[in-house]
Amino acid sequence: MTPDILAALEKARAAKQPIVLATQLPGGEQRLLPDPAAPEAVNEIARKVLQSDVSGTHKIDGVDWFMHAYNPPLRLVIVGAVHIAQALVRFSTACGYATTVVDPRRSFASDERFPDVEISTDWPDEAMDAFKPDSRTAVVTLTHDPKLDDPALDRALKSDAFYIGALGSRRTHAARLKRLAELGHSEDSMARIRGPVGLNIEAVTAPEIGASIIAEIIAVRRGAPLPPKSGPKSPTP
Amino acid sequence: MSDHVDDILSTAAGWRAAGELVAIATVTETWGSSPRPAGSQMAITKSGRMAGSVSGGCIEGAVADAALRTLESGVPQLLDFGVTHEQAWEVGLACGGKVKVFVEKLS
Repeated sequence: MTPDILAALEKARAAKQPIVLATQLPGGEQRLLPDPAAPEAVNEIARKVLQSDVSGTHKIDGVDWFMHAYNPPLRLVIVGAVHIAQALVRFSTACGYATTVVDPRRSFASDERFPDVEISTDWPDEAMDAFKPDSRTAVVTLTHDPKLDDPALDRALKSDAFYIGALGSRRTHAARLKRLAELGHSEDSMARIRGPVGLNIEAVTAPEIGASIIAEIIAVRRGAPLPPKSGPKSPTP
Repeated sequence: MSDHVDDILSTAAGWRAAGELVAIATVTETWGSSPRPAGSQMAITKSGRMAGSVSGGCIEGAVADAALRTLESGVPQLLDFGVTHEQAWEVGLACGGKVKVFVEKLS
């Protein structure tokens, strides 16, 4: 890889611009795509590789090119700078998610409690409007407080976020869905919300709940089959 | 996030900027049960530093050896590891998968 290619690639990545490094195999000639100077058919392959986020070898005019997708990091917005959020950010950053914690309560959203992630102390609706969740964004609400969680969920449902999760018991969740319906959200749309949040691994401690949440986000992202949330909870002895 | 464990390119670029001789190995194709998908990377320096992976640990040693040759010669290599290849038995691709790895020098 030439210094020029490396510098251009690093610059695009720093600017969070999706980019493909195309390498001719086995010779090693390289170029960055999409590029206005490249044939449209080649740019089209590059765009598809970025969209699917699947790198691979493609034959173009009888020549093998390895198309390496460099997408900006997946993002996670956590609303509620609570204890579970402290645990979750450790897992999410380890998994490569650019993580932002939103909580207008400054005593919760302090640098001391969240030393390594971006913090927003705006109200969740404003924070979400600024953040602009897209199809590479997960949103998790953890405050238990409707005046903080609801505006965030409202904005999340209006976005392409690939994952929306909300902490709360089944009863809390039913009440939440009723309030969101009053804001005009359809049942189909609200079915996107995973509540109670996280895989059911009988998690108890904050780190365990954090692990169940990141595992569910990964499962949804990777298309793993998941049981529906709405089913009745099996009776506890 | 430049300190992310999976961001091998940034790690490699950092080593290069610090004056190390650095090669990058990238998985370009997989078949069967290879544990790491195409695009997985490993960075290797002449001084012996290593980051990332291109398999579940079966072929990293062989890839590192190839990387040192590419650092010497400057010539990239496309390595082919699979059950039909003699080398796969030598290095033991226990997962039974096949994988192609492109090795290049950061010039």
